[in-house]
Amino acid sequence: MRVDWRTVLALVGTVLQALAGPLVLSALVAFGYAESPVPFLLPAALALGVGLVFARLPSRDIGIREAFLVVALVWLAVGTVGALPFLLAGTGVFANPVDAAFESMSGITTTGATVVVDFDAHARSLLFWRALLQWMGGLGILVLAVGLLSQLDVGGAQLMETETQTQDVTKLTPRIEETARLLGSLYLGLTALLVVVLLVLNVVGLGPNMDPYNAVTHALTTVSTAGFSPEPASAGAFSPVVQWVLVAFMLVGATNFVLLYAVTRGRPRRLFQSEEFRFYLGVLAGGSALVALVLAVDGEFGSVEATVRHATFQVVSIVTTTGYATVDFDLWSPAAKHLLFLGMFVGGMAGSTTCSLKAFRWLVVAKTLRRDLFTELHPEAIRPVRVGDRIVDEGTVRDVNAYVLLGLVGFALLTVVVVVQTRGTGVGEFEAMGIAASTFLNIGPAFGAAGPYGSYASLPTTTKWVLVVLMWVGRIEIVPVLVVLTPEFWR
Amino acid sequence: MRVVIVGAGEVGSSIAASLASSHEVVVIDNDPTRVDELTYDLDVLAIHGDGTDVDVLQEAGIGDADLLIASTDDDHTNIVISGTAKACCSSFTIARVKKPQYLRTWEPNQGAFGVDFMVCTDLLAAETIVGVIGLPTAQDVDLFADGIVQMTEFVIPEDSPVANQTVREADRFDSLTFAAIIRENGDERDRIIVPSGQTVIEPGDEVVVIGSPDSTREFSSSIAPEEERPREVVIVGGGEIGYQVARLLEDRGFSPRLVERDEERARWLAENLPGTTVLQSDATDRAFLDRENVGMADVFIATLENDQQNLLATLLAKRLGADRAVAIVDTGEFADLFEEVGVDVAVSPRDATAEEITRFTRARRAENVSIIDGDRAEVMEVEVDTDSAFAGRPIREVAADLPEGVVVGAITRNGTLITPRGDTVIEVGDHVVVFVDSDAVEEVNAMI
Repeated sequence: MRVDWRTVLALVGTVLQALAGPLVLSALVAFGYAESPVPFLLPAALALGVGLVFARLPSRDIGIREAFLVVALVWLAVGTVGALPFLLAGTGVFANPVDAAFESMSGITTTGATVVVDFDAHARSLLFWRALLQWMGGLGILVLAVGLLSQLDVGGAQLMETETQTQDVTKLTPRIEETARLLGSLYLGLTALLVVVLLVLNVVGLGPNMDPYNAVTHALTTVSTAGFSPEPASAGAFSPVVQWVLVAFMLVGATNFVLLYAVTRGRPRRLFQSEEFRFYLGVLAGGSALVALVLAVDGEFGSVEATVRHATFQVVSIVTTTGYATVDFDLWSPAAKHLLFLGMFVGGMAGSTTCSLKAFRWLVVAKTLRRDLFTELHPEAIRPVRVGDRIVDEGTVRDVNAYVLLGLVGFALLTVVVVVQTRGTGVGEFEAMGIAASTFLNIGPAFGAAGPYGSYASLPTTTKWVLVVLMWVGRIEIVPVLVVLTPEFWR
Repeated sequence: MRVVIVGAGEVGSSIAASLASSHEVVVIDNDPTRVDELTYDLDVLAIHGDGTDVDVLQEAGIGDADLLIASTDDDHTNIVISGTAKACCSSFTIARVKKPQYLRTWEPNQGAFGVDFMVCTDLLAAETIVGVIGLPTAQDVDLFADGIVQMTEFVIPEDSPVANQTVREADRFDSLTFAAIIRENGDERDRIIVPSGQTVIEPGDEVVVIGSPDSTREFSSSIAPEEERPREVVIVGGGEIGYQVARLLEDRGFSPRLVERDEERARWLAENLPGTTVLQSDATDRAFLDRENVGMADVFIATLENDQQNLLATLLAKRLGADRAVAIVDTGEFADLFEEVGVDVAVSPRDATAEEITRFTRARRAENVSIIDGDRAEVMEVEVDTDSAFAGRPIREVAADLPEGVVVGAITRNGTLITPRGDTVIEVGDHVVVFVDSDAVEEVNAMI
């Protein structure tokens, strides 16, 4: 069983050539703002050229090995090509290759950690490209590309499975291509809806500062729960109404798209029948209430509305792995900051645009634990783990528990790496933990210098390279990387 | 009526026996010895042959038959027999099946498989068990008039507050009628007593009451006041019956424990019974029973593969302290024996099936029939029409004309229960639930 490289490259090429479209779109934006389109057109030509060459390689049906490799390589390839506009524009920090790579990987993995220090130093088209990268990364390039891939007569289902894990997207329709198209249009529809809502708020005077440019870029990065904002103050630059609207759309973006599809088909009850959805909402409600309580005790904000809004916004933003901020929560009391830190490990629902460990996995872990306690008392009892009406098969239970453990151990080890590397730069241990969690779990802002109103730019170069890898590994959910690294894979 | 019964096992023979006196019965079986036995035992025509063979059916006179009952031990065979009979003639077909999945197909599409009436043995047994365990000391429960009226047979325990009271003293419930007392001890052996106000209820009596489910439940708790609705229910044996019992109990809000030995089956059960705790173990393992506190169970139900295992398991559970034990008994004749040695209720799926089929054939005259204590009495539901001797008359008057051993238990009018009193006037369209001694069945049928 040798890896069929030609098939792998052909698939990566197919995705790469599709990348030319968004690049050209960004060039048009540049044109509109009388900025130079060259930083986009060159990479577009490159993506198209390389993509075409690769895509013409003879490809066969892909096996499990090829699927893992494709997943790992596509993100890497898109991340690399995506870095080129930053590097070519070369403004501000982006003159440095590691910062260009960091911003691109942060974008495509929907992390939202930024190295930008001075937002005015960059072209608007470049900040648009940043948002567009996140939007593409949101639902997973692969899900969007499945439509293309399935036209190639190769195993789209194989890829879909590797990419989406716990999500049963394949059940939406008998044909994968159709499923990908439905999810894609839902994603596009939601983004368009948010743009319209934001523009309407602007027109009626409820959303000053929400011009069409801001509306589009924020819609792109909200629905994808990614979190790049072209405003230095992030969501803090907008009115409370806009902030509430963003909360709502972050929630939607972190909801399983299969359920959202059911809702659009007039079956809203499916949503509340989902135990994962109830759990996910419960965590958000409980977390927001706790943080609001802490803020109230601290007397952080004058009004109840402001307290509740900022608490809810920050909790939703962190838990859904978006990473927007309405205030500099790095200035909050340790209790509030620690709650947000814990929130980083939750994540939204499986099958959404969100990252981190995801509500579904925590639910399975909690239920496994409960089952284990029960069988301590009743050793003969047989208890399947159920999420809602569905029985989670034992293989998945093991996988999920292993994954959560892997994620936590990975996080702990990475913290050590960050601590060691940032020694002497004024990054404390809590900040280091925040940075490790925030990048590995694809959230974005952390604490201290890397806080919501700060920048990752000041970190040492090697640390930034490590974080680039972390974001990549985190987004593809660790396993494909580890699998590819095993000797067994290459045997 | 000409009735063809295919399969002369316990169910088939039992149905044949109860129909033989009033109908022309033909029995087909592929076991020659059984055919011989039947020929001598019953006044029926017994034919040796394969019931799925259209020639054999024709030999049995299927063309003239009003009713065909497929009651072999094999589901597929019974379905094929019904289909075959339907293909060649127009007789009404009744098929007995074990697996509820066939019933699920049939119920919404009656007539499917060529079956006009389907009886599911395992489901029936499970329903009987579940019906009985909700009511302490109840032996048998049947519903009438769309569930408004319930017939229940209770055993009066030794220490019951009701024991040695008169019926008037015991009857403190608005919508309950004492239809009969079956007394099997002392001088009045095997007598069905139609109670009057002065009749004394003795311990060990079986009391048949007819009334609303609520009153029945209240009466049940007055018989055994310290027993509340059972909380801890343990089922051993995860076969089809055990599974159905657990499922029905879940539907009624119980969280039973179910013990199954086979690992694969246990897993299947655990996956399909979200409200049940499935335990994988041998039900006769003392250490396990102790560990799981089976002695604390309010109700213990044995639905294992064979009678010996069921008996052993229930006796063990009783010894450990389980309050009430219900066991499935495959061989109908053992039911009495089981109840004698300590099993509180023995349920025979075969008897239940035979009863259901017999009940159905009789109910083709009445709306619904329940057979009491073997075949000694019936409770039947009849809709009163203009020709009926009941129509437009008060009960006191009607009662004078009725033969001995008949009690009007309940009346429903437009879906509401009316407790019959002497001056209650019966109207056309009323549903009357009457208790009838089997000797009087023909006469009562003619009157109504």
